[in-house]
Amino acid sequence: MDLRLTEEELAFRAEVRAFVRDNLPASIREKTVAGRRLSKDDYVRWTRILAAKGWAAPHWPPAWGGTGWSPIELSIFLDETQRGNAPELVAFGVSMVGPVIYTFGSEKQKERFLPRIVDLRDWWCQGFSEPGAGSDLASLRTTARRDADGWVISGQKTWTTMAQYADWIFVLARTNPQAKKQEGISFFLVDMKTPGITVKPIQTIDGGHEVNEVFLDDVRVPADAIVGEENKGWDYAKFLLANERNGIARVGVSKARLDRVRELASIPVYGSGPKIEDPFFRAKLAEVEVELKALEVTQMRVISNRRTAGKPDPASSVLKIKGSEIQQATTELLMEVVGPYALPYREPDAMSNEPPVGPDWAGPLAPTYFNTRKVSIYGGSNEIQRSIIAKAILGL
Amino acid sequence: MDFELSPEQEQLRDNVARLMRERYGFEARKGYQASPRGWSEALWRDYADMGLLGAPFAEADGGFGGGPVETMIVMEQFGKALALEPYLQTVVLCGALLKHGAGEKHRAELIGAIAAGESRLSFAHAEKQSGFDLHDVGCSVVKDGGGGFVLNGEKTLVGQGDSADKLIVSARLAGARRDRHGIGLFLIDADAPGVTRRGYPTQDGQRAAEIAFADVRAAPHDVIGAPDGALPVIERAVDETVAALAAEAVGAMSEALTMTVEYLKTRKQFGVTIGSFQALQHRASDMIVALEQARSMMYLAAMMAGEDDAAERAKAMSAVKAQIGRSAKFIGQQAVQMHGGIAMTYEYKVGHLFKRLTMIDAAYGDADVHVRRLAERGSLFA
Repeated sequence: MDLRLTEEELAFRAEVRAFVRDNLPASIREKTVAGRRLSKDDYVRWTRILAAKGWAAPHWPPAWGGTGWSPIELSIFLDETQRGNAPELVAFGVSMVGPVIYTFGSEKQKERFLPRIVDLRDWWCQGFSEPGAGSDLASLRTTARRDADGWVISGQKTWTTMAQYADWIFVLARTNPQAKKQEGISFFLVDMKTPGITVKPIQTIDGGHEVNEVFLDDVRVPADAIVGEENKGWDYAKFLLANERNGIARVGVSKARLDRVRELASIPVYGSGPKIEDPFFRAKLAEVEVELKALEVTQMRVISNRRTAGKPDPASSVLKIKGSEIQQATTELLMEVVGPYALPYREPDAMSNEPPVGPDWAGPLAPTYFNTRKVSIYGGSNEIQRSIIAKAILGL
Repeated sequence: MDFELSPEQEQLRDNVARLMRERYGFEARKGYQASPRGWSEALWRDYADMGLLGAPFAEADGGFGGGPVETMIVMEQFGKALALEPYLQTVVLCGALLKHGAGEKHRAELIGAIAAGESRLSFAHAEKQSGFDLHDVGCSVVKDGGGGFVLNGEKTLVGQGDSADKLIVSARLAGARRDRHGIGLFLIDADAPGVTRRGYPTQDGQRAAEIAFADVRAAPHDVIGAPDGALPVIERAVDETVAALAAEAVGAMSEALTMTVEYLKTRKQFGVTIGSFQALQHRASDMIVALEQARSMMYLAAMMAGEDDAAERAKAMSAVKAQIGRSAKFIGQQAVQMHGGIAMTYEYKVGHLFKRLTMIDAAYGDADVHVRRLAERGSLFA
C-alpha cells in the first residue's frame, strides 16, 4: 500500500498543470473562476485546444482518439483541468454517446460519428428524460415505429441540456410497446435538423437557459440510426449511466471553488471585515475540506480497485452522493462570502451600462448556489443512488 | 498510488481476523472484561506469539519491521471484536514514544520486552486541567543533584494504567505549565515507591487509572530523550495513536453496519423484513457513505503517520480525527436506532460498539476540537 503518487504520476500532473496554465485562454478562465456562463464558442475553442494535443477524449480507446492513460492518470487529468478552471468537456458526446457508439455501434457509425465528437464538430445532447419519466426512466413513452425507409419517432423529451447548441441527439424510444417496460426500448442517433424536431427553452431558477424541452413529431430517421440491436436500448442506457464513475465526484471542481471561497472571503465586503476572519465561517469551511479530502481518497480507492476495473461499480453511487453534497456546500459557502450583496439579481448574459450593486464579483454567486441544487437531482437523484447502494452493496 | 495490501499484510489481517473470530466472540469478551485486569492475559500471549506486539517496530529494536499499515491492519480487526487488551497503550502509544524518543539501549531493552509480551506500558500524561492540550503539563520534576530526578504530581485518565507494569510519565523540568518547552518523559515502575494508582472501569468496557506521584525517584537512565524537550515526541506518538484509533473506529463501524444490515434482513414487522422499508434502506446507505469516507481517512492516516513534517502530519491527523468522529457518531447512533430496543440492552454487542465509537471520538480531541484546529491552520489543499 502506497498512497503517494509515483514519480511518473507526479511528472504527469505537472505536465497537465502546465498545459492548462499555458493554453487555457484567459477569457475562458476568467469566466469559469467568476462562475459566469460559458458560450458555445468557449467550449468549442477549449475542446479543440485539447484535441490538438490529443487530450479531448482521454478515456477512449487510442484507436479512436483516446490516450491510453491509466485510471489514475485520467483522474489526475480531470482534477488538474478542473482545479485549473478549464471548462469541463461537454459530456453528452465524449462521455455519454461516444462510448456507447464505440462499444455497441456499427463500424459505419464509429467512423462517421467518433472523430466528429472528439473535436466537437458535432455537439450532442441527451434525449432520455421525459415529462413522465424522470427517476423512473424506463417508463418513457416516446415511440419509434418502423416504416419503409427506417423509423418514425414521436414523443417529448425534457431537461435536455444545451439542446440549443446541439447538432445531434441520442434518443431512447419504445420500439415494442408489448414488452416489459425495460425490454422494448431502442437507442437512436438523430440529426437535430430533421424535420419535426422543435426545441423550446426552459428557464432555470437562476434565470439561465441551459435546459430545454425537445418535441419529436413524426421525426423520420433512416434504418441505420439505431444503435446495436433493436429493443436492447435499455442495456446501452445503463452502460452509459454506469460508465461515468471517473469524475462523477468532481473533486477538482470543488477544490477550485474552495480556492475561490478563500480568495473572495479575504476581501472586506461590509462593516465586519473579511468573512475569513469569522471563526464560525472558517469552521464550516474546514468541515467541507475534511469531507472533500476524504472523498478525494475514496475516489482514488474506487478508481484504482483492480477487481472492479472497467466494470460498473456501485461505489460510484457513494461518489455521486458525497460529491454532489460537497459541490452544493461549496456554492453555499461562496454565496455566504458576499453576505447581503447576494441579493441583487442581474440577467446572466445581459449587457448593461448600469453599475453593479455591490461588488462586481458578487453577481454569479447566488445563481451558482441555486443552480447547483441540480447536481443531487440529475444523473440519477441521490435518493436513486441510495436505493442502488441498498440493493447492490447491502443486499437489502 | 496503490491501496492493495502485500501478501504478508493480507496474511497478517487473515490471522488476526481468525483469532478474533475464534477467541473474541462477544460472550468471551464479557468474561475477559469481568476478569481482574479487565482483559485477557492468554490472548496477550497469543498476540506475542503471532508477532503482533512487535509488528510496528524496527528489527534492530527487537520488532518485526512493520509500520503504520501493520498497526492499521491489527487495530481494524481489534475494533470489530472490541478487543480489550492494552495494545493501543503499550504497542502503539508507548511504543511510539520509545521509537521516537528513546536511545538505542532503551529501545532494545523495552521494545524487546513489549514484543515478547513481557511488559505492558501506559502513558501517564493527561492532567485534570489539560483537556486536549498536549503541552499543558503541571506535573513537576526536579534534578536530585546526583544525575537522577524526583517527580511530583497527578495524572488522570491513564488508559489501562492499573494493569501496566511500567509507566511513561510526562513531567515539567522547566517553564510555565503551558509552555511548549521544558517537558520530559520518564520511565517509572508502576509499583515504585510514591506511586499511587486508583483503577476504574470506563464506559467502553476498558479500564483507566488516576495516578499520583509523590517524590518518585527516576534514575538518570530512566529519562526518555531530552528531559526538557519531549513535546515533539509526544505529539508524534499521539498522531500515530490517532491513526491507530482511526483503524479501530473503522473496524467498529463496519461491524456495527454489518450487524445492522443483518438485522434489517431478518427482523420482521408488519409481516415483512424491516429492510424492505425505504426509510431504513436509505439510512443504511448513508451509513455506508459515512463508513467509506472514514475508511479513506484511515488510509490517509496510515500514510501520514510516517510523515516527518510535523505541521503537515498534524493537519492531516486533524482532518482524519474530524471525519472519524463525525462518521463514528452517525454510524453508532443509527446502528442503535435501526436495531430498536434490543440495542438498548447491555447484553447485545451493538450498544457496546456505539459506546466505544463515542469514546474514540472523545479521545485526543473530538471532531469539533479538530475542526477548530483546522480552521486555524488554513487550507487542507494548500
